[in-house]
Amino acid sequence: MGRNFDHHNAIGFAIEAVELALRDAGLERSELDGLLVNPGITWAENTMASFTLQQAMGLTNLRLTATMGLGGATASAMIMHAAQSIDAGMADAVACVFADAPLQPPAPDTGKSGGAGAAYGFGRGLNASYGQFGVNAQYAFVARRHMHLYGTTNDHLGAVAVAQREWANMNPAAQFYDTPMTMEDYHASRWIAEPFHLFDCCLVSNGGLAVIVTSADRAKSLKHPPVYILGMGQGHPGGDPMDTLVSGAPLAKATAFKMAGIELGDINFAELYDCYTFTVLVTLEDYGFCKKGEGGPFVAAGNVRPGGALPVNTGGGQLSSFYMWGMTPVAEGVVQMRGEAGRRQVPRHDIGLVSGNGGILSTHGTLVLGANP
Amino acid sequence: MATVSKPIPNITPDMAPFYEGARNGRLMVQKCDACGTLRFPAYELCSQCLSTRSSWAPVSGRGEVYSFNIMHQVYHPAFAAEVPYAVVVVKLEEGPKIVSNLAGIKPHEIKCGMPVEVFFEKLSDEVTLPKFRPRAAGR
Repeated sequence: MGRNFDHHNAIGFAIEAVELALRDAGLERSELDGLLVNPGITWAENTMASFTLQQAMGLTNLRLTATMGLGGATASAMIMHAAQSIDAGMADAVACVFADAPLQPPAPDTGKSGGAGAAYGFGRGLNASYGQFGVNAQYAFVARRHMHLYGTTNDHLGAVAVAQREWANMNPAAQFYDTPMTMEDYHASRWIAEPFHLFDCCLVSNGGLAVIVTSADRAKSLKHPPVYILGMGQGHPGGDPMDTLVSGAPLAKATAFKMAGIELGDINFAELYDCYTFTVLVTLEDYGFCKKGEGGPFVAAGNVRPGGALPVNTGGGQLSSFYMWGMTPVAEGVVQMRGEAGRRQVPRHDIGLVSGNGGILSTHGTLVLGANP
Repeated sequence: MATVSKPIPNITPDMAPFYEGARNGRLMVQKCDACGTLRFPAYELCSQCLSTRSSWAPVSGRGEVYSFNIMHQVYHPAFAAEVPYAVVVVKLEEGPKIVSNLAGIKPHEIKCGMPVEVFFEKLSDEVTLPKFRPRAAGR
Protein backbone atom coordinates (compact mmCIF):
# COMPACT_ATOMS: atom_id res chain seq x y z
CA MET A 1 0.00 0.00 0.00
CA GLY A 2 1.04 3.57 -0.42
CA ARG A 3 3.05 5.11 -3.25
CA ASN A 4 3.23 1.67 -4.75
CA PHE A 5 3.41 0.99 -8.49
CA ASP A 6 3.91 -2.77 -8.40
CA HIS A 7 0.80 -3.27 -10.49
CA HIS A 8 -0.73 -1.51 -13.46
CA ASN A 9 -4.17 -1.28 -11.96
CA ALA A 10 -6.39 -2.04 -8.99
CA ILE A 11 -7.06 -5.62 -10.07
CA GLY A 12 -3.37 -6.45 -9.86
CA PHE A 13 -3.27 -5.18 -6.29
CA ALA A 14 -6.49 -7.05 -5.47
CA ILE A 15 -5.09 -10.36 -6.71
CA GLU A 16 -1.84 -9.96 -4.81
CA ALA A 17 -3.77 -9.10 -1.65
CA VAL A 18 -5.93 -12.22 -1.93
CA GLU A 19 -2.88 -14.40 -2.63
CA LEU A 20 -1.09 -13.01 0.44
CA ALA A 21 -4.16 -13.55 2.60
CA LEU A 22 -4.53 -17.14 1.39
CA ARG A 23 -0.85 -17.82 2.07
CA ASP A 24 -1.18 -16.30 5.52
CA ALA A 25 -4.17 -18.54 6.25
CA GLY A 26 -2.53 -21.61 4.72
CA LEU A 27 -5.38 -22.02 2.25
CA GLU A 28 -5.26 -22.94 -1.41
CA ARG A 29 -6.92 -20.74 -3.99
CA SER A 30 -9.21 -23.64 -4.85
CA GLU A 31 -10.50 -23.69 -1.27
CA LEU A 32 -11.92 -20.19 -1.63
CA ASP A 33 -15.64 -20.37 -2.29
CA GLY A 34 -16.61 -16.77 -1.63
CA LEU A 35 -15.35 -13.45 -2.99
CA LEU A 36 -16.61 -10.05 -1.87
CA VAL A 37 -15.15 -6.92 -3.44
CA ASN A 38 -15.15 -3.25 -2.60
CA PRO A 39 -13.80 -1.60 -5.75
CA GLY A 40 -11.99 1.69 -5.34
CA ILE A 41 -12.61 4.63 -7.66
CA THR A 42 -10.27 3.41 -10.41
CA TRP A 43 -11.85 0.05 -11.24
CA ALA A 44 -12.91 0.10 -14.88
CA GLU A 45 -15.91 -2.09 -14.14
CA ASN A 46 -17.49 -1.14 -10.85
CA THR A 47 -20.92 -2.71 -10.92
CA MET A 48 -19.63 -6.29 -11.30
CA ALA A 49 -16.15 -5.88 -9.90
CA SER A 50 -16.27 -9.18 -8.02
CA PHE A 51 -16.92 -11.08 -11.27
CA THR A 52 -14.09 -9.18 -12.96
CA LEU A 53 -11.76 -10.21 -10.15
CA GLN A 54 -13.01 -13.80 -10.14
CA GLN A 55 -12.19 -14.12 -13.84
CA ALA A 56 -8.88 -12.33 -13.50
CA MET A 57 -7.66 -14.73 -10.85
CA GLY A 58 -9.25 -17.86 -12.24
CA LEU A 59 -11.60 -18.66 -9.41
CA THR A 60 -14.20 -21.27 -10.30
CA ASN A 61 -17.30 -22.62 -8.59
CA LEU A 62 -17.72 -19.79 -6.10
CA ARG A 63 -20.76 -20.15 -3.91
CA LEU A 64 -20.91 -16.51 -2.87
CA THR A 65 -19.90 -13.25 -4.49
CA ALA A 66 -20.90 -9.60 -4.43
CA THR A 67 -19.60 -6.17 -5.29
CA MET A 68 -20.41 -3.97 -2.36
CA GLY A 69 -20.58 -0.23 -1.98
CA LEU A 70 -21.17 1.53 1.34
CA GLY A 71 -18.19 3.83 0.95
CA GLY A 72 -15.81 3.54 3.89
CA ALA A 73 -18.19 1.17 5.70
CA THR A 74 -17.89 -1.43 2.96
CA ALA A 75 -14.96 -3.37 4.43
CA SER A 76 -16.77 -4.07 7.68
CA ALA A 77 -20.02 -4.75 5.81
CA MET A 78 -18.26 -7.30 3.56
CA ILE A 79 -16.97 -9.11 6.64
CA MET A 80 -20.48 -9.12 8.11
CA HIS A 81 -21.95 -10.51 4.88
CA ALA A 82 -19.25 -13.18 4.78
CA ALA A 83 -19.80 -14.19 8.41
CA GLN A 84 -23.56 -14.41 7.98
CA SER A 85 -23.21 -16.44 4.81
CA ILE A 86 -20.81 -18.87 6.45
CA ASP A 87 -23.14 -19.18 9.41
CA ALA A 88 -25.98 -19.97 7.00
CA GLY A 89 -23.97 -22.69 5.31
CA MET A 90 -23.66 -20.78 2.05
CA ALA A 91 -19.85 -20.62 2.00
CA ASP A 92 -16.78 -21.88 3.89
CA ALA A 93 -13.96 -19.47 3.11
CA VAL A 94 -14.69 -15.98 1.84
CA ALA A 95 -12.12 -13.42 0.71
CA CYS A 96 -13.09 -9.78 1.32
CA VAL A 97 -11.03 -7.43 -0.81
CA PHE A 98 -10.42 -3.73 -1.34
CA ALA A 99 -8.04 -2.41 -3.95
CA ASP A 100 -7.43 0.85 -5.74
CA ALA A 101 -4.71 2.52 -7.82
CA PRO A 102 -5.53 6.23 -8.11
CA LEU A 103 -1.87 7.32 -8.16
CA GLN A 104 -1.38 5.75 -11.56
CA PRO A 105 -1.78 7.32 -13.94
CA PRO A 106 -1.96 10.85 -12.52
CA ALA A 107 -5.37 12.30 -13.29
CA PRO A 108 -5.16 14.91 -16.06
CA ASP A 109 -6.72 18.27 -15.26
CA THR A 110 -9.62 18.33 -17.68
CA GLY A 111 -10.85 21.67 -16.46
CA LYS A 112 -14.18 20.09 -15.79
CA SER A 113 -15.90 20.15 -12.47
CA GLY A 114 -16.71 17.09 -10.53
CA GLY A 115 -14.32 14.46 -9.28
CA ALA A 116 -15.53 12.91 -6.08
CA GLY A 117 -18.09 15.66 -5.66
CA ALA A 118 -19.81 14.73 -8.88
CA ALA A 119 -19.60 11.07 -7.98
CA TYR A 120 -21.51 11.79 -4.82
CA GLY A 121 -24.10 13.71 -6.84
CA PHE A 122 -24.21 16.80 -4.68
CA GLY A 123 -26.06 19.72 -6.23
CA ARG A 124 -26.14 18.38 -9.78
CA GLY A 125 -23.70 20.88 -11.20
CA LEU A 126 -25.19 23.92 -9.52
CA ASN A 127 -22.72 23.80 -6.63
CA ALA A 128 -19.78 23.86 -9.03
CA SER A 129 -20.91 27.28 -10.21
CA TYR A 130 -20.19 28.53 -6.71
CA GLY A 131 -16.79 26.84 -6.58
CA GLN A 132 -17.92 23.91 -4.46
CA PHE A 133 -15.91 20.89 -5.60
CA GLY A 134 -15.12 17.54 -4.07
CA VAL A 135 -15.74 15.79 -0.79
CA ASN A 136 -13.19 17.84 1.19
CA ALA A 137 -15.39 20.90 0.70
CA GLN A 138 -18.56 19.06 1.74
CA TYR A 139 -16.99 17.54 4.85
CA ALA A 140 -15.65 20.97 5.72
CA PHE A 141 -19.23 22.23 6.05
CA VAL A 142 -19.97 19.56 8.63
CA ALA A 143 -16.76 20.16 10.55
CA ARG A 144 -17.51 23.90 10.63
CA ARG A 145 -20.91 23.20 12.21
CA HIS A 146 -19.17 21.12 14.90
CA MET A 147 -16.78 23.99 15.56
CA HIS A 148 -19.67 26.45 15.73
CA LEU A 149 -21.81 24.38 18.10
CA TYR A 150 -19.17 22.78 20.31
CA GLY A 151 -16.16 25.06 20.14
CA THR A 152 -13.97 22.54 18.35
CA THR A 153 -10.75 24.15 17.06
CA ASN A 154 -8.00 23.45 14.58
CA ASP A 155 -5.80 22.62 17.57
CA HIS A 156 -8.24 19.80 18.32
CA LEU A 157 -8.20 18.56 14.75
CA GLY A 158 -4.42 18.88 14.72
CA ALA A 159 -4.18 16.77 17.87
CA VAL A 160 -5.70 13.87 15.90
CA ALA A 161 -3.28 14.36 13.02
CA VAL A 162 -0.23 14.57 15.31
CA ALA A 163 -1.26 11.56 17.41
CA GLN A 164 -1.80 9.39 14.35
CA ARG A 165 1.52 10.51 12.91
CA GLU A 166 3.19 9.32 16.10
CA TRP A 167 1.66 5.89 15.51
CA ALA A 168 2.61 5.93 11.81
CA ASN A 169 6.21 6.64 12.73
CA MET A 170 6.30 3.15 14.22
CA ASN A 171 4.62 1.46 11.22
CA PRO A 172 7.06 0.47 8.46
CA ALA A 173 4.15 0.04 6.02
CA ALA A 174 2.99 3.65 6.51
CA GLN A 175 3.47 6.33 3.87
CA PHE A 176 4.59 8.59 6.73
CA TYR A 177 6.79 6.00 8.49
CA ASP A 178 9.60 7.65 10.40
CA THR A 179 8.41 11.12 9.34
CA PRO A 180 7.65 13.13 12.49
CA MET A 181 5.10 15.92 12.51
CA THR A 182 4.60 18.58 15.16
CA MET A 183 1.54 20.71 15.86
CA GLU A 184 3.46 23.55 14.20
CA ASP A 185 3.89 21.40 11.10
CA TYR A 186 0.18 20.71 11.14
CA HIS A 187 -0.73 24.40 11.30
CA ALA A 188 1.85 25.19 8.62
CA SER A 189 0.46 22.64 6.18
CA ARG A 190 -1.45 24.32 3.39
CA TRP A 191 -5.14 24.87 3.59
CA ILE A 192 -7.31 22.71 1.34
CA ALA A 193 -10.81 23.77 2.31
CA GLU A 194 -10.95 25.55 5.66
CA PRO A 195 -11.27 24.35 8.33
CA PHE A 196 -9.21 21.52 6.77
CA HIS A 197 -5.48 21.73 6.34
CA LEU A 198 -3.72 19.23 4.12
CA PHE A 199 -2.96 17.13 7.20
CA ASP A 200 -6.64 16.95 8.13
CA CYS A 201 -7.26 14.94 4.98
CA CYS A 202 -6.54 11.29 4.29
CA LEU A 203 -3.78 10.18 1.97
CA VAL A 204 -4.07 8.97 -1.60
CA SER A 205 -2.74 5.44 -1.92
CA ASN A 206 -2.33 2.56 -4.31
CA GLY A 207 -2.72 -0.94 -2.98
CA GLY A 208 -4.92 -3.81 -1.98
CA LEU A 209 -5.96 -5.46 1.27
CA ALA A 210 -7.80 -8.72 1.79
CA VAL A 211 -9.00 -10.75 4.73
CA ILE A 212 -10.28 -14.34 4.72
CA VAL A 213 -13.40 -15.04 6.75
CA THR A 214 -14.17 -18.61 7.73
CA SER A 215 -15.91 -20.47 10.55
CA ALA A 216 -14.30 -20.59 13.99
CA ASP A 217 -14.08 -24.37 13.70
CA ARG A 218 -12.29 -24.29 10.36
CA ALA A 219 -10.00 -21.47 11.51
CA LYS A 220 -8.62 -23.57 14.34
CA SER A 221 -6.80 -25.84 11.91
CA LEU A 222 -5.33 -23.03 9.79
CA LYS A 223 -1.81 -21.65 9.87
CA HIS A 224 -2.24 -18.74 12.31
CA PRO A 225 -4.41 -18.27 15.38
CA PRO A 226 -7.63 -16.63 14.13
CA VAL A 227 -9.05 -13.29 15.09
CA TYR A 228 -12.64 -13.80 16.18
CA ILE A 229 -15.60 -11.61 15.29
CA LEU A 230 -17.37 -11.13 18.61
CA GLY A 231 -19.91 -8.61 17.42
CA MET A 232 -20.96 -6.72 14.33
CA GLY A 233 -23.52 -4.10 13.44
CA GLN A 234 -24.42 -1.32 11.05
CA GLY A 235 -25.99 2.11 11.32
CA HIS A 236 -27.11 4.38 8.53
CA PRO A 237 -28.84 7.42 9.99
CA GLY A 238 -30.01 9.23 6.84
CA GLY A 239 -30.88 12.90 6.89
CA ASP A 240 -28.40 15.76 6.84
CA PRO A 241 -25.23 15.22 8.88
CA MET A 242 -24.89 18.99 9.27
CA ASP A 243 -28.09 18.95 11.34
CA THR A 244 -27.15 16.10 13.63
CA LEU A 245 -23.33 15.94 13.65
CA VAL A 246 -23.83 12.30 14.54
CA SER A 247 -22.55 9.31 12.57
CA GLY A 248 -24.14 5.87 12.34
CA ALA A 249 -21.92 4.68 15.19
CA PRO A 250 -24.55 4.77 17.98
CA LEU A 251 -26.87 2.50 15.97
CA ALA A 252 -24.11 0.16 14.82
CA LYS A 253 -22.51 0.01 18.26
CA ALA A 254 -25.75 -0.99 19.97
CA THR A 255 -26.12 -4.04 17.72
CA ALA A 256 -22.46 -5.03 17.78
CA PHE A 257 -21.85 -4.59 21.51
CA LYS A 258 -25.01 -6.50 22.38
CA MET A 259 -23.93 -9.36 20.13
CA ALA A 260 -20.46 -9.35 21.66
CA GLY A 261 -21.80 -9.00 25.20
CA ILE A 262 -19.34 -6.21 25.94
CA GLU A 263 -19.35 -2.66 27.25
CA LEU A 264 -17.26 0.27 26.14
CA GLY A 265 -14.77 -0.25 28.97
CA ASP A 266 -13.93 -3.68 27.60
CA ILE A 267 -12.36 -2.16 24.48
CA ASN A 268 -8.54 -2.26 24.54
CA PHE A 269 -7.94 -0.21 21.40
CA ALA A 270 -9.92 1.31 18.53
CA GLU A 271 -9.30 1.53 14.80
CA LEU A 272 -11.69 4.28 13.69
CA TYR A 273 -12.39 5.28 10.13
CA ASP A 274 -10.50 8.52 9.51
CA CYS A 275 -11.13 10.09 6.13
CA TYR A 276 -10.54 13.34 8.04
CA THR A 277 -9.26 14.22 11.50
CA PHE A 278 -12.77 15.50 12.17
CA THR A 279 -14.30 12.07 11.52
CA VAL A 280 -12.23 10.62 14.36
CA LEU A 281 -13.51 13.24 16.82
CA VAL A 282 -17.13 12.56 15.90
CA THR A 283 -16.66 8.79 16.01
CA LEU A 284 -15.04 8.93 19.47
CA GLU A 285 -18.05 10.93 20.66
CA ASP A 286 -20.57 8.63 19.02
CA TYR A 287 -19.14 5.48 20.61
CA GLY A 288 -19.30 7.26 23.96
CA PHE A 289 -15.57 7.47 24.70
CA CYS A 290 -16.37 11.10 25.56
CA LYS A 291 -19.48 13.28 25.59
CA LYS A 292 -20.96 14.74 22.41
CA GLY A 293 -18.96 17.74 21.38
CA GLU A 294 -15.97 16.85 23.55
CA GLY A 295 -14.02 14.81 21.02
CA GLY A 296 -11.55 17.65 20.55
CA PRO A 297 -10.56 18.08 24.20
CA PHE A 298 -10.52 14.27 24.61
CA VAL A 299 -7.89 13.92 21.90
CA ALA A 300 -5.99 17.07 22.89
CA ALA A 301 -5.58 15.56 26.38
CA GLY A 302 -3.42 12.84 24.84
CA ASN A 303 -5.85 9.93 25.23
CA VAL A 304 -5.43 8.43 21.78
CA ARG A 305 -1.70 8.82 21.18
CA PRO A 306 0.90 6.13 21.93
CA GLY A 307 0.84 5.54 25.68
CA GLY A 308 -2.61 7.13 26.03
CA ALA A 309 -5.61 5.61 27.77
CA LEU A 310 -7.24 4.56 24.48
CA PRO A 311 -4.89 3.71 21.62
CA VAL A 312 -6.63 4.85 18.41
CA ASN A 313 -5.58 4.25 14.80
CA THR A 314 -2.43 2.56 15.92
CA GLY A 315 -0.94 2.15 12.46
CA GLY A 316 -1.32 5.82 11.63
CA GLY A 317 -4.73 5.40 10.03
CA GLN A 318 -5.66 6.79 6.66
CA LEU A 319 -4.23 10.17 7.63
CA SER A 320 -0.69 8.89 8.01
CA SER A 321 -0.36 5.26 6.89
CA PHE A 322 -2.40 4.46 3.77
CA TYR A 323 -5.87 5.10 2.39
CA MET A 324 -7.43 1.72 1.75
CA TRP A 325 -10.89 2.89 2.79
CA GLY A 326 -12.48 0.67 5.46
CA MET A 327 -9.76 -1.95 5.06
CA THR A 328 -7.18 0.32 6.71
CA PRO A 329 -8.82 0.06 10.16
CA VAL A 330 -9.72 -3.63 9.60
CA ALA A 331 -6.14 -4.55 8.70
CA GLU A 332 -4.59 -2.71 11.64
CA GLY A 333 -7.19 -4.24 13.94
CA VAL A 334 -6.17 -7.73 12.79
CA VAL A 335 -2.44 -6.97 13.11
CA GLN A 336 -2.91 -5.67 16.66
CA MET A 337 -5.15 -8.55 17.71
CA ARG A 338 -2.51 -11.00 16.50
CA GLY A 339 0.19 -9.17 18.42
CA GLU A 340 2.21 -8.57 15.25
CA ALA A 341 2.42 -4.78 15.41
CA GLY A 342 6.07 -4.56 16.44
CA ARG A 343 7.06 -1.26 18.04
CA ARG A 344 3.50 0.01 17.94
CA GLN A 345 1.93 -3.07 19.52
CA VAL A 346 -0.64 -2.07 22.14
CA PRO A 347 -0.09 -3.81 25.50
CA ARG A 348 -3.62 -5.24 25.78
CA HIS A 349 -5.27 -6.71 22.71
CA ASP A 350 -8.00 -9.05 23.87
CA ILE A 351 -10.84 -6.97 22.46
CA GLY A 352 -10.52 -4.42 19.66
CA LEU A 353 -13.00 -2.06 18.03
CA VAL A 354 -13.02 -1.41 14.27
CA SER A 355 -15.27 1.12 12.58
CA GLY A 356 -16.10 1.98 8.99
CA ASN A 357 -17.77 5.17 7.85
CA GLY A 358 -19.01 6.07 4.40
CA GLY A 359 -20.42 9.10 2.65
CA ILE A 360 -20.45 12.01 5.09
CA LEU A 361 -21.26 10.31 8.38
CA SER A 362 -23.83 8.44 6.26
CA THR A 363 -23.02 4.74 6.55
CA HIS A 364 -21.35 2.98 9.47
CA GLY A 365 -20.11 -0.48 10.32
CA THR A 366 -18.87 -1.77 13.69
CA LEU A 367 -16.77 -4.87 14.25
CA VAL A 368 -15.79 -6.09 17.70
CA LEU A 369 -12.73 -8.30 17.35
CA GLY A 370 -11.66 -10.81 19.96
CA ALA A 371 -8.51 -12.83 20.63
CA ASN A 372 -10.73 -15.61 21.97
CA PRO A 373 -14.11 -16.92 20.78
CA MET B 1 -4.68 36.14 -22.16
CA ALA B 2 -7.02 33.22 -22.46
CA THR B 3 -9.54 33.05 -19.72
CA VAL B 4 -11.53 30.06 -18.62
CA SER B 5 -15.10 30.72 -17.64
CA LYS B 6 -16.65 29.28 -14.53
CA PRO B 7 -18.84 26.24 -14.95
CA ILE B 8 -22.37 27.17 -15.88
CA PRO B 9 -24.93 24.62 -14.74
CA ASN B 10 -26.99 22.71 -17.27
CA ILE B 11 -30.64 23.52 -16.89
CA THR B 12 -32.23 20.14 -16.36
CA PRO B 13 -36.02 19.90 -16.76
CA ASP B 14 -36.60 19.22 -13.08
CA MET B 15 -34.65 22.35 -12.06
CA ALA B 16 -35.96 24.64 -14.84
CA PRO B 17 -38.43 26.51 -12.58
CA PHE B 18 -35.58 27.40 -10.24
CA TYR B 19 -33.62 29.02 -13.07
CA GLU B 20 -36.70 30.69 -14.48
CA GLY B 21 -37.38 32.17 -11.06
CA ALA B 22 -33.79 33.38 -10.74
CA ARG B 23 -33.98 35.09 -14.15
CA ASN B 24 -37.01 36.95 -12.81
CA GLY B 25 -35.38 37.85 -9.52
CA ARG B 26 -37.17 35.30 -7.37
CA LEU B 27 -35.69 32.47 -5.33
CA MET B 28 -37.76 29.33 -5.84
CA VAL B 29 -37.78 26.02 -3.99
CA GLN B 30 -39.76 22.88 -4.64
CA LYS B 31 -42.92 22.30 -2.61
CA CYS B 32 -44.71 19.01 -2.01
CA ASP B 33 -48.32 19.48 -3.03
CA ALA B 34 -49.41 16.68 -0.71
CA CYS B 35 -47.80 17.61 2.62
CA GLY B 36 -46.38 21.05 1.96
CA THR B 37 -42.75 20.17 2.78
CA LEU B 38 -40.27 22.42 0.98
CA ARG B 39 -37.16 20.90 -0.59
CA PHE B 40 -34.08 21.89 -2.55
CA PRO B 41 -32.61 20.89 -4.94
CA ALA B 42 -35.32 19.20 -7.01
CA TYR B 43 -36.30 15.61 -6.40
CA GLU B 44 -39.05 13.62 -8.03
CA LEU B 45 -40.56 12.51 -4.74
CA CYS B 46 -41.10 14.13 -1.36
CA SER B 47 -38.78 12.39 1.11
CA GLN B 48 -41.37 12.89 3.87
CA CYS B 49 -44.59 11.55 2.29
CA LEU B 50 -43.26 10.11 -1.00
CA SER B 51 -45.80 12.03 -3.05
CA THR B 52 -44.78 12.82 -6.63
CA ARG B 53 -47.03 15.87 -6.75
CA SER B 54 -44.99 19.02 -6.48
CA SER B 55 -44.81 22.61 -7.57
CA TRP B 56 -42.38 25.47 -7.12
CA ALA B 57 -42.86 28.26 -4.61
CA PRO B 58 -41.05 31.55 -4.09
CA VAL B 59 -39.32 32.06 -0.76
CA SER B 60 -38.27 35.23 1.03
CA GLY B 61 -34.61 34.99 0.09
CA ARG B 62 -33.73 35.61 3.73
CA GLY B 63 -31.81 33.15 5.82
CA GLU B 64 -28.65 32.67 7.79
CA VAL B 65 -25.23 31.20 7.19
CA TYR B 66 -25.61 27.62 8.39
CA SER B 67 -22.06 26.61 7.56
CA PHE B 68 -19.25 27.59 5.23
CA ASN B 69 -15.81 26.63 4.02
CA ILE B 70 -12.96 28.64 2.61
CA MET B 71 -11.59 27.06 -0.53
CA HIS B 72 -7.84 27.21 -1.14
CA GLN B 73 -7.40 24.22 -3.39
CA VAL B 74 -7.98 25.10 -7.05
CA TYR B 75 -10.28 22.45 -8.50
CA HIS B 76 -11.17 24.46 -11.60
CA PRO B 77 -8.94 26.98 -13.39
CA ALA B 78 -11.66 29.63 -13.41
CA PHE B 79 -11.34 29.87 -9.64
CA ALA B 80 -7.55 30.15 -9.57
CA ALA B 81 -7.60 33.94 -9.26
CA GLU B 82 -10.23 33.85 -6.52
CA VAL B 83 -8.72 31.55 -3.91
CA PRO B 84 -9.20 31.75 -1.04
CA TYR B 85 -12.93 32.14 -1.54
CA ALA B 86 -15.82 31.06 0.66
CA VAL B 87 -18.69 28.76 -0.18
CA VAL B 88 -21.63 29.04 2.20
CA VAL B 89 -24.61 26.90 3.10
CA VAL B 90 -27.56 29.22 3.63
CA LYS B 91 -30.45 27.94 5.70
CA LEU B 92 -33.47 29.78 4.37
CA GLU B 93 -36.08 31.13 6.77
CA GLU B 94 -38.52 28.68 5.21
CA GLY B 95 -36.26 25.71 6.00
CA PRO B 96 -34.40 24.42 2.94
CA LYS B 97 -30.65 24.85 2.64
CA ILE B 98 -28.87 26.13 -0.46
CA VAL B 99 -25.17 26.23 -1.33
CA SER B 100 -24.02 29.63 -2.59
CA ASN B 101 -21.50 32.43 -2.26
CA LEU B 102 -21.63 35.40 0.06
CA ALA B 103 -20.73 38.77 -1.45
CA GLY B 104 -19.62 41.94 0.28
CA ILE B 105 -17.65 40.30 3.05
CA LYS B 106 -14.17 38.86 3.41
CA PRO B 107 -14.09 35.07 3.77
CA HIS B 108 -12.54 35.15 7.23
CA GLU B 109 -15.24 37.52 8.52
CA ILE B 110 -18.03 35.06 7.80
CA LYS B 111 -19.64 33.46 10.85
CA CYS B 112 -22.23 30.74 11.28
CA GLY B 113 -25.59 32.27 12.14
CA MET B 114 -24.95 35.48 10.20
CA PRO B 115 -28.19 36.84 8.65
CA VAL B 116 -28.09 37.02 4.85
CA GLU B 117 -30.37 37.88 1.93
CA VAL B 118 -30.44 36.83 -1.68
CA PHE B 119 -29.46 38.81 -4.78
CA PHE B 120 -29.11 37.63 -8.35
CA GLU B 121 -26.13 37.48 -10.66
CA LYS B 122 -26.65 36.99 -14.40
CA LEU B 123 -24.15 34.57 -15.99
CA SER B 124 -25.78 34.14 -19.42
CA ASP B 125 -29.13 34.68 -21.09
CA GLU B 126 -30.28 31.38 -19.65
CA VAL B 127 -28.54 31.20 -16.31
CA THR B 128 -28.85 33.63 -13.44
CA LEU B 129 -27.54 32.48 -10.08
CA PRO B 130 -28.86 33.39 -6.65
CA LYS B 131 -26.10 34.65 -4.38
CA PHE B 132 -26.26 36.11 -0.90
CA ARG B 133 -25.02 39.13 1.02
CA PRO B 134 -25.11 40.03 4.69
CA ARG B 135 -28.23 41.79 5.96
CA ALA B 136 -28.99 43.58 9.18
CA ALA B 137 -30.62 41.20 11.66
CA GLY B 138 -34.39 41.49 11.74
CA ARG B 139 -34.66 43.09 8.34
